[in-house]
Amino acid sequence: MIQYVVRRVLLAIPTLILMLTVVFVLVRLVPGDAAIAILGDQASAESLAAMRAQLGLDQPIYIQYLDFLTKAATGDFGQSLSTGRSVLQEVAAVLPYTLELTAAALAIGAVVGIPLGTYAALKRNLWPDYFSRILSLVGLSFPAFVSGILMLLAFAVHLRWFPVIGSGGGGIVDHFRILALPALNLGLIMTAYITRVTRSSMLGVLNEDYIRTARAKGVRSGPLIRRHALRNALIPVVTVVGLYFGTLIGNSVLTEIVFSRPGLGRLILGALNARDYTLLQGLMVVFATFVILVNMLTDIAYGLVDPRVKYN
Amino acid sequence: MSTITEIPARENALWLAFRRNRLSWVGLGLLVIIVGAAIFAPLLAPYDPLEQHIIHRLQPPSAEFWLGTDTYGRDVLSRLIYGARVSLIVGFVAILIAMVIGSAIGILSGFIGGIFDRVVMSFLDVMLSFPTLLLGLMIAAMLGASFENLVIAIAITEIAPFARVARAPTIALKQRDFIEAGRAMGFSNLRLMGGHIFPNMVSEVVVMGSMWMASAIRTEASLSFIGLGVPPPTPTWGSMIREGFENILDSWWLAIFPSLAILLTVLALNILGDALRDAIDPKTRAE
Repeated sequence: MIQYVVRRVLLAIPTLILMLTVVFVLVRLVPGDAAIAILGDQASAESLAAMRAQLGLDQPIYIQYLDFLTKAATGDFGQSLSTGRSVLQEVAAVLPYTLELTAAALAIGAVVGIPLGTYAALKRNLWPDYFSRILSLVGLSFPAFVSGILMLLAFAVHLRWFPVIGSGGGGIVDHFRILALPALNLGLIMTAYITRVTRSSMLGVLNEDYIRTARAKGVRSGPLIRRHALRNALIPVVTVVGLYFGTLIGNSVLTEIVFSRPGLGRLILGALNARDYTLLQGLMVVFATFVILVNMLTDIAYGLVDPRVKYN
Repeated sequence: MSTITEIPARENALWLAFRRNRLSWVGLGLLVIIVGAAIFAPLLAPYDPLEQHIIHRLQPPSAEFWLGTDTYGRDVLSRLIYGARVSLIVGFVAILIAMVIGSAIGILSGFIGGIFDRVVMSFLDVMLSFPTLLLGLMIAAMLGASFENLVIAIAITEIAPFARVARAPTIALKQRDFIEAGRAMGFSNLRLMGGHIFPNMVSEVVVMGSMWMASAIRTEASLSFIGLGVPPPTPTWGSMIREGFENILDSWWLAIFPSLAILLTVLALNILGDALRDAIDPKTRAE
């Protein structure tokens, strides 16, 4: 087992280096001069040269590349041009808000989606199944900001159940009132996704021989579903949710923008408006690292629950 | 057991499975309406989408302006109809580009195999590790907001998934006898890949295309909403929502109609993609 974990961790290293290389190349492939993009085309030649020196653009390309890699290895993903703080500091400052939001959404998705998906699979081609399929199709079709705006209109503007905007302050009750709508919005999309994956995974498991055997042995349907079917069906669900992590980040960015919540969304929007390309580049690296690490952890978790994986 | 049942032609089976799925008709109907609106926009739109009726600005839906007017007094319905063009064209062209480049990479990688394949695959894994929206956002921001750049940004985010879809069948197909036969007859690798491998996977790739066009349209709308879409005054659904969002407290109609338009378009494509995928998937087709 330890060998498997070590091998999986080591495998992530070349992926990380390749990812850094891709970001490096991508940023330099784009036509135009980064210094002009940052300072505008009215800038003087001296200030452009100073900016290029600050960005390290006056160095030969391979020096820039090596510099970029070695700094990244030590956790230095560059500095924000507008605030001067490091990318990691900027991310750390807003990460708790985004983590809170995504954790709430994942919880909603799991609590609603897993039972709904299981029920749909058991009632295949009956109305609960159609209902859950249509529901998850609709949920998956919403761009996160569209569902957010519709929710904002319905619950905050029309019904006035929740505040329209707000980020915190006040007591714990206020805190949850403010979190509720964004979390529901992201949770709806998550629910749609988990329902769909659980349903198809459960359908696969229900066809397995060991379920038929258990049923023939007289295992009652409650324990059969919970102990025999669902346990196995959830393994692919975990993996697929892990793979969905990148989309989840994108959706939470849009949700945060709609609900004016602090978090990665506002950080990205601010970086865009300030033409803070080093921050954007750093954010790409940070997010991709997250995704790669989450994938690695999902693989390891998969190995832990399914012994067959280790030997392949 | 021993009777040989006649296997219907693939296209026929696909059509049958598609026809059985009632929901797919809803998706098809929706899409026909939306595409029709985009094509016949000049005939359908009651006003010029850019014409400013300043004295009628920010009017709620009425008999004169069915879906109301925006801050510049432009007709929301007309802008909505013209906006369909941008969403559909950007989505379609971006997916077409991603499909061509992605399939080529996938086929080449699977066909050549070995170290080349491994390098390409890890490269694709890396591309997939960038959150789609952020990758598109970054590229669109660096290229600058324009129609072409938006298409390029979205196409880049969708290349890796296509390459994956094309690679798997290539590996299975290249071991088949007909490829061996082609090789024996002296066909070039290019001819084998283009003329013999690609046609055998074209339905998979096209089905995936219809599903990812939904995702491309979603990305386009999201980027427009953030302010990185086709620049104004061209009406796009995402930018209409962006403008409407600023007046959301008193002018609800500005944001709600383009929101519904995006939702219905993406839903229609998702329904169709689902139905088509079920139709070509032997696991679900057999039932």
